[in-house]
Parts: sequence; C-alpha cells; structure tokens
Amino acid sequence: MDLPQGTLDLLILKVVALGPVHGYAIAQRLQQVSRDVVQVPQGSLYPALHRLENRGLLAADWKETETGREAKFYHLTRKGRAQLDTETESWRKLAEAVGLILKMSEGGAE
Amino acid sequence: MTWWNRLLRRKQMEEQLEKELRFHLEQHTADLIARGYDPSEARRQARLALGGPAQVKEECRDARGTRWLEDLWQDLRYALRTLRQKPGFAAVALATLALGIGATTLMFTVINGVVLKPLPYREPDRLVKLQEKTDFSTQWGDLWAFTYPNFIDCKSGSRSLDLGAWRYGGGTVSGSGSAEYVDSREVSADLFPLLGVTPIQGRAFRPDEDRLGTPPVVIISYGLWQRLYGGNAAVIGMPLVFDEKSYTIVGIAPASFRLGDEADVFTLLGQDTSPRMQNREAHGVQVWARLRPGAKLAQPQAELTLIGRQLAEQYPKSNKGRTFIAEPLRPDVGDVRSTLWLLLGAVSLVLLIACVNVASLLLARAVSRERELAMRVALGAGRGRLVRQCLTESAVLGLSGGLLGILLASAGIRPFVTYWPGSLPRVEEVHLDWHVLLFALAASLASGLLFGLAPALRAPARELEQTLRAGARTLAGSSRRMHSGFVISEIALAVVLLVSAGMLGRMLLRLSSLHPGLNIQNVLTARTALSPATLTNPAQIRTAWDDILDRARSVPGVQSIATVDTVPLREGNNQIGYRTSPDAQPDNQQPLVLASSVSPDYLKVMGIPLRQGRFFDQHDRMDSEPVVVIDDVMAQEAFRGQEPLGKHLWIGLGTDPLRVVGVVGHVRYWGPAGDDQARVRAQLYYPFAQVPDKLLRRWSELMSIAVRTSTEPLSVIEPLRRAVRGATGDQVLHEVQTLDRLASDSLARQRFLLLLFSVFASLALMLACIGIYGVLAYLTSQRVPEIGVRIALGATARDVVGLVIRQSFGMIFLGVGVGIAGAWAAGRVLMRLVEGMQSTEPLSFAIMIPVLVIAALFASFVPARRASRVDPVKALRQE
Repeated sequence: MDLPQGTLDLLILKVVALGPVHGYAIAQRLQQVSRDVVQVPQGSLYPALHRLENRGLLAADWKETETGREAKFYHLTRKGRAQLDTETESWRKLAEAVGLILKMSEGGAE
Repeated sequence: MTWWNRLLRRKQMEEQLEKELRFHLEQHTADLIARGYDPSEARRQARLALGGPAQVKEECRDARGTRWLEDLWQDLRYALRTLRQKPGFAAVALATLALGIGATTLMFTVINGVVLKPLPYREPDRLVKLQEKTDFSTQWGDLWAFTYPNFIDCKSGSRSLDLGAWRYGGGTVSGSGSAEYVDSREVSADLFPLLGVTPIQGRAFRPDEDRLGTPPVVIISYGLWQRLYGGNAAVIGMPLVFDEKSYTIVGIAPASFRLGDEADVFTLLGQDTSPRMQNREAHGVQVWARLRPGAKLAQPQAELTLIGRQLAEQYPKSNKGRTFIAEPLRPDVGDVRSTLWLLLGAVSLVLLIACVNVASLLLARAVSRERELAMRVALGAGRGRLVRQCLTESAVLGLSGGLLGILLASAGIRPFVTYWPGSLPRVEEVHLDWHVLLFALAASLASGLLFGLAPALRAPARELEQTLRAGARTLAGSSRRMHSGFVISEIALAVVLLVSAGMLGRMLLRLSSLHPGLNIQNVLTARTALSPATLTNPAQIRTAWDDILDRARSVPGVQSIATVDTVPLREGNNQIGYRTSPDAQPDNQQPLVLASSVSPDYLKVMGIPLRQGRFFDQHDRMDSEPVVVIDDVMAQEAFRGQEPLGKHLWIGLGTDPLRVVGVVGHVRYWGPAGDDQARVRAQLYYPFAQVPDKLLRRWSELMSIAVRTSTEPLSVIEPLRRAVRGATGDQVLHEVQTLDRLASDSLARQRFLLLLFSVFASLALMLACIGIYGVLAYLTSQRVPEIGVRIALGATARDVVGLVIRQSFGMIFLGVGVGIAGAWAAGRVLMRLVEGMQSTEPLSFAIMIPVLVIAALFASFVPARRASRVDPVKALRQE
C-alpha cells in the first residue's frame, strides 16, 4: 500500500519519538509495525529525514550501535514533539471524520 | 545549524551523507545475509530497495534548503577559475570596467555632495524658504527677497511656521593686529536654533538681544577663531571690533556651518541701526522657516497669503499686489548643477562603451564555449542553470570592476574637486558615503547584467546534437549580427563624445579669439574698504577716495589708477532702467543698462577706446551738469543711428536729465562666453564725483580700484596694500586679482569641460578601437577555413584584406550614421547647458568623424592582414 501524501513525516516522527534511532532502524520498524502493509520507499526516507532535520523537528548525533558501528541517530526536538502532537491529533480527527462519513453512507443504504 | 554554517561545512556534510547511506546499505545487506541470502544477491537487493545512491543524495541535498547558495558558490568558484584561465581577457575587461565605473562613480560622488544631499541642518525636509511675490513682473521676475518689517510681521502672524532670517554682509575686523575684510551674516536670534546649529564654544544669541539698544554681541566662525585667536577658548566675552563697532564675542560657530556660503562674523539683524531695517521697500533679507510639528506645506501657504493681504491693505504704498510664498528649502548651487549632470551624462556614455566592449569579448568567448555548454545540457544541466551561471560570471566581473572603480574614484575625488574651476559650491559635502557605494554597486551590477545578458541568452537549448556534431568553426548568423551591433553602437557612442569634444574645442577657440574690448594686460583690480570711521560723513568719504588715489599713484610701477564700482569679468554688476525722453514713465518694462560709476582715469587704466566726444575729467563735479558716457552698443540701442552726443538720458526713477558727452567701445563685461547672449549688454559710465551724498556710503562699500602697472602687476600688490592702508591702518584691499586672470577664469568652466570631454572622447575612441579590433579578429578567425578556400581558389591577399575591410566598413558606416544623429542631439544639449555655445559647430563633425574612421580602419587592418596570410593548406586541414 502506498502512503498518502504527507503521512511519511508523521510516521517518522512517531517512530523517532520512541527513542533515538538510526535511519535503517526507522525503515525496519515502519515495516514491522505496519505488518508489511506500508511499503516505505527507502529512497524517500532519507530526503524526508534531512528535511525534518532542516526544519528543526529532528536532531541527530553520531553514536555507536550495539554492534559497535558508528551510525547517525535521530531524536525528536522539543519543536518536533509539539509537531507530532498536533499532527497526531489532526490525523485522528481526520480519520474519525472519514470513518463517520463512510459509516453514514453504509447507514444510508439501510 | 545556520545556513552559512551548513555552507561552510559542506564537505563534512557530504561525507556524513555518504557514511549514513553506506551504513544503511551494509546493515540491510547484513540482515539479508542473516536471513539466508547469498552475499552478492543480498547486496543487490539492498541497493534495489534504496534506489540510485546519486539520486538519493541529490534529493537529500535539495532537502537541506541551501541549494541555491551552494550553486551560487559553485558558480562563483567556476567563474573565478575561468577568469584565471584567461588572465589577458580578465585584465582587459577589468581595466575597462574599472575606468568606466570609476569615472561614473566619481561624477556621482560630486553630484551627490553638491546637488543631491540635503542641507546640513537638522531635519532639512521640514525647512522652507519664504519669498515675497508680486502680481507684476519686473526684469528680474516676480520673486523678491524679504524686507525686515515684512519678516517681523510674518513671524508674528504665522502659527504653523517658526521663522528665522539672515542677510549677507561684510566688513573690516580690526583692533587685533592687522585689519582684515571678512564676509559676515546678520541673523535673527532664532535662526541658529531653527537650523539646529549650536555654537561649539559659548552660547547662541538670546531672543532678548535681538533688538536695538542692547549690548552688541557677535558669534564668530571656527575659521576666524583659529586665525585671529589660535583657537583660544578664553576668547568668549572678549571684544571684537567690526566696522568700527565693538561687539562682545559670545560664541564660536561649528567649523562645518555654512549660511549661503562661508562667513566669519555673525551679528544680529535686530541690532542693525541702519534705516533700511525700518524700510518696507528695502529688500535683501533671506527668510527661512521650519514647519511646526504636524504642519503640512499647504497650511503655512494659506496663512502667508492672508498676512500678505492684510499688509497690502495696511501699507498700500509698499505692499500693494505683494504676497508671500513658501517652498521647500533647497541648496542653491547655481549653474554648477547642469554642468555636473552634463559630465555625468558624458561619463555614462564611456561606461556604456566599456560595457559593450566587455559584452563583445564575453560573447566571443561564449560562442567558442558553445560546445562545452551543449555538452553540459546533454549531461542534464537545465537552461536556467546555465543562464544563471553565465550571469554569475558577468556579475563577478562587474563587481570586481566596480570595486576597482570605487578605489579609483576615492583616489580621484580630491584632485578632481581641486581642479574644479572657481569654487565648487558645497565642496565640503563631497565625499564617498553609502549613497555613493550603493550607486557604484548598482552601476556594477547593472553593467554586469548588461554585458552578461547577451552571452547568457545564447546558452544552448535546442539543436543540441547539431551543436555537438558541428565543428567549433561554425558561426551562427545571429551571433555575427550581434557582434556587428556591438561594434556599431560603440562607434556611434564614440562619435557622440568625439564630436561633443570637438564642438567644445571649436567654441573655446572662437571665444579665446574674441577681443574683450579692453586691454587686460598689466591691470590689477581690488575691492577696497575705506576706514570704517570715515564712512559716516560724505565729505570725508570723497576726501578718503582722493587720498587713496593719490597714495596709490606714488607707488613705483603704478602707471594710472581709477576707482570703479563694478569690474568687468568679475562677479557683480549694477543694472538699471533708462529712458530717452522725460515723458516716458519709469515702469518695469524700461530697457536696462549696466551702469558703472568711475573716476576720470578709468578709460586709460582699462585701455577702452574712446570713439566720440570726451570722457570725464576733474570738472565733472557735484555742482556741474550731470554727464554720462555710453558704449557703442547703447548708442545703437538707445539712439538707433542718430548722433548720441549732446542727447539726454533719464536713469532709474530719477527726473534729472543726464547729458551724453562721449561714446566708448563696448566691453565684454560678461566675459567672452556670456557677453553675446547676455540679457543686458548696453553700458553706461557716470562720474563717481557726481554720486549723490545719500548714496555715497553704499557706493563706497562696493568700490574697487583698478591699477595699470608698468611692471608685473603681482609685484605691485604689497606696496599698494601698504600705501592705501591709511592713517588709521584699517583700509584694506581684498579680492585682489589681475584682469588677465579674471578673463581666463571667465572661460575656466568651458576649458574644464573641454578637458574632461577630451579625456572621455579619447577613452571612448580607444575602447571603440579595441572593440572593433577584438570583434574583427574574432570574426575573421572564425572564417579562416572559408578564407583558406578562397585563397586556394585564387583570391589574392589584396582580395582577402578587402573582404575583411569591407565588413568593418559597413559597421563603421552604420555606426557613424547613428552617431551623427546622436551628436547633433548632444550638441543641442550642450547649447542649452554651456555658456558661450551658440551653434552645433558643423565643422567639428567634419573634423572629428574622419579621426574616428581612420582609427577604426586602422584597428580593422591588423586582423585583415592576418587573414590575408592564412595558409590555405593548413586552414583546410583544420576543418
């Protein structure tokens, strides 16, 4: 399933909110959590990460992984957390509204 | 991270991006291997999942948001690299631009200081100048300076304006060592605070001092303070004797303070005891005012009109039909303004030629780089990107040229101002400031855009394979046309400047050959201030002048001496209306004449020829019949061929007839340049001995002496100064000049213009020749194979030279044609702006244009000869 426009940023923010994480892990986690339903094009993951970093929603440090390799770990900034909250809220509202509309059309057939 | 931080750490960021993506790939590969994939298959899968690494990187770079800056940075480095590759080209282009922008910036610096800068007072845009305006016009128009009583009434009647007034003056400062004549200003007490000027020592005038009967106080200039007192602060409270009156020094004006012009002594208008202060018909007071907070210009205007109407009712004799107007206060710089704009115009033409020159150089390079550019388009560069890169290159050129130009201008500005003929008004305001820098920056960028646009728009877009496939030797017709266009416009611009310089030269030649009407050799003139003590009594004044003449006559080297109130060729004149019959009413439309009061030896001193009758002698006195001598212009004007001797004239408002006793030659009073076009040319002399008592004091204040010497006039100055100093030692000569010098000064502006125009025209000629040479050399080099074929087919060297010369001849012909039209228009402008320019001097076209054509042909001969020596075998093999 392709991602609707703009949702990739929200998903990335959500994953990063769980703790500092590097790019590959983000891709993995998105795939696992969505039970392989959501196919994140890895090619657009990195531009998205850089864009979010550029907007100040994410910050990054170079740290060692468990396997002792150096990787770029992203974490949320204060601004990023606020953004995540507002976007989650608006997503929830949108989903609710869309759900209601869909239900109504089912109900309309009764 | 800030954007410049990112820019500076570009390299590091690239490395990190690379590292991050590599980590991703390796991690993914490792995971896949762990899941049982074959290692090479795992790597392939990981790569596929990520997509093309170059593409991902590019998108990440875009996401950083500093892309344009990085591009710019790249373009800049690329531009510098290409410029470094061709140092010859870069040097020529930079030198051309530096000269063009430097000269333009210099002219703008002067204009900015003299014309554009507001007056150096507090909030100058809230200041207005008030004038009296009549509903009738005299020969001098309908605007008048104020009278003091009118000023006082306007001041008390206006609610939206704070008024201040001042008037010009001058006098002798004596008492502390040698006497000195200085310029002075009488001001109202509120003028200094009105302008926002505070004395640097002491205090300003107090309003309660600005009336008769208060102890006289004076503020002196910084210059006088340094000169007389060596800058001693204890001078405050000390006395200063100025025109016999003792004042107390209360303040020192700031060094930069100017009122109309420089002045050394400031006294109070209200303490002036002369009767003109009470006279509603004695004009000459300058009135400046500041708009009160919140007031707009329309408001005081309505008020002033109302006050004017009331005063006209109250004082119909003096104020009938008279009202007051307010207009924004602007610096008064006279005709210097038009000269400066003229020079800026000429300099801009030079800059334009410089731009065209660089443009054609750049275009030639752009054409030879066509394949390189086509290759870059083929590799994926956008057209916009290429145009941007070309413009970056020309902007780099323009800005570096501009930087050099600013350096040139800052080095040249002092010498330029020093060589300005006469005194440049507001010269103290002329220096580089941010206005000038902004102008130079704009000029550089505009030039860069101007010469960069043509090559930039050539950036290839279509028919890529054709460009790539074709050899470098093909030349599109459009670029050849563009090159010709450049050459034509360069030639046209050069023609305009050359012919203008030619016109000025012809004019100066003509003016210099004109006879001034008097013998200017060995004559010394000097304004003379009598001892202030003698000025109170008419009999004493007459004796004092006789005494001065006697003393001066005894100085060795003095041949003859006379007094005169207005010296020809010098600033200042006395115009007065005249009638030839007693019945005609003295109205505002009477013809005007230049009147001078002189002593009997004047004719001998000045070497003016006597045509008819006699000049004055000792017998023309107060008690004898009033007589005048006129010049031949007036004889013609007033009596139209009738015998003038014995005729009578009435002067000004006077009712007594004056008998014409002699006719003398016309003197070019206004200088060789101005006299023919002067509004008033007729001249009239009357004996100083017959000036009525009541005018004697005023006349004496304006009087000069003229001395004919048998030796070098300058060597007589010091003995003369000592001789006339008088018993009290306070009779001083000032503005001492030789007539010779006055005559040459009167043409100084024209000479200066000619000098600058010659420099500009030579620059233009040189640049145009370089341009023609460059373009032709380039065009011919592009045609080498074709010429080779021609030679192989039997064309002689002569034919080839002819071929190239014909091509350049066409361009020269067109350029000259356009240039002639431009030069004619320039001639009309010069006629309006330059005094003494009376025609467009057709001969200057005939002289200057061949100069240009020969130079241009010479410039095209070199490439033509080179083309004729093309070896056909080599040329054809090159293809």
